[in-house]
Amino acid sequence: MNADDESLLEDLLDGSHRALARVISKIENRSPGYRPLVSTLYAYAGTADVIGITGSPGAGKSTLVDKLAETYRERGETVGVIAIDPSSPFTGGAVLGDRIRMASTVGDMDVFVRSMSARGTLGGLSTATTDAVTAMDAFGKDKIIVETVGAGQNEIDVVRTAETVAVLVPPGSGDSVQTLKAGILEIADVFVVNKADRDGADRTVQELREMIELGKGSGFGNAGHHGADGTNRDGDGGARSDDGSTDWTPPIVETVATTGEGVDAFIDELAAHRRYLEASGERSEQARTRHAEEIRTLLREDVNAILESELERAGGIDALAEAVRIGDADPYTVADELLDPVERCLEELETDVDLEFE
Amino acid sequence: MSSKQEGESIRCLVAKVGLDGHDRGAHVIARAFRDAGFEVIYSGLHKAPDEIVQATVQEDVDVLGISILSGAHDTLVPKVMDGLAEYGAKEDTLVLVGGVIPDEDRDELREEGVAAIFGPGTSIEETIDFVRENAPQR
Repeated sequence: MNADDESLLEDLLDGSHRALARVISKIENRSPGYRPLVSTLYAYAGTADVIGITGSPGAGKSTLVDKLAETYRERGETVGVIAIDPSSPFTGGAVLGDRIRMASTVGDMDVFVRSMSARGTLGGLSTATTDAVTAMDAFGKDKIIVETVGAGQNEIDVVRTAETVAVLVPPGSGDSVQTLKAGILEIADVFVVNKADRDGADRTVQELREMIELGKGSGFGNAGHHGADGTNRDGDGGARSDDGSTDWTPPIVETVATTGEGVDAFIDELAAHRRYLEASGERSEQARTRHAEEIRTLLREDVNAILESELERAGGIDALAEAVRIGDADPYTVADELLDPVERCLEELETDVDLEFE
Repeated sequence: MSSKQEGESIRCLVAKVGLDGHDRGAHVIARAFRDAGFEVIYSGLHKAPDEIVQATVQEDVDVLGISILSGAHDTLVPKVMDGLAEYGAKEDTLVLVGGVIPDEDRDELREEGVAAIFGPGTSIEETIDFVRENAPQR
């Protein structure tokens, strides 16, 4: 770490908002030196509750996050918010509009709102989000809320960086067949039927309840997205113990985010899920899964960078693509040939990677 | 898709400050900046100088564009600039003012640290080029 980054780190740990903002920019930009910075931050992180909030556009996520932040502040807790909006696939530009809804806590610097665009590709966004969460955690935030539109796999990966995931389902989100579909509804630890004062809210609640019941019966539950490959559900046909410590059934909360109705109940459920995570040991399991994914993503990025320079040496991707176009080669042969020297190097190396940590 | 999307992108806050409900210009600029590949954070209407400062600091934007059509620029802009200075963000934020600013007020705003003032009739290209050329290198 160079001297500038050292003092930046010191300022961040001292509670400078500017330094926190700057560190998150470095993370987003993948600026030189961001890696040792984040790697140092890990030592100071690990105390915050990380909550993910997702749902379709216009479901009321930002407004609910605003009320959530306000309520946590009233309880004396500090809050960090990472609000992610899509970027244009054509220009890379973005309009990040979530901040507009976060008016309840304006002027209170202890609510740190950061807008991020989905710029990177290939897991880059979830890495950047995880690192930004780590920075806010190290800064000393008690609650960190990650908010993103639940559109596709990329966003689901992002929201899964959180410990507890709330999915917002506005009334009239389609009939019960929608609830059979795979995807966003599966990752919920808590369901929030927002705009609960509107027509059709009861029906949406009912349909979600049926979906959850269905999951219980089959044993292929939608309960707990992180436990899908865990050990707590094999063979018992989805049976639940009454103390609730071995399995989690996602509760359904009704809210009206614009008035703040139901927000307290929502917070209670988030806290209950947190207690469940601790009691069941799921939290450690979850952290392991998350860190494994982080390591894999970093390795992929690094290997990718090595291959990019290999590509340059081979004359650049354009020339190779043209060779495929005119029929002189095919993509598989090109990939094999590019990878060949790398593989040979690895073989010759007799790799004895011995990692030891204290 | 392209590697262009990765790494750095110019971040801008487009801000409406004070009792001024005219946001058409701000919307046009926000959209144009987006199409130019910038990341734009839009503040929404009727923001207090404090809110603008808070957003500028937390979002760590390279560019702050303030749109004012109410005539209150001579009280609002200095408040924003002072707030930025308080958080050590004044030096490396490019501050632009757009809207209806009489000629005789412009020098004063520049002395406050505003980098450029874009009045009615400024072309979008001119604004974008100015941002590209002058956005702080960090």
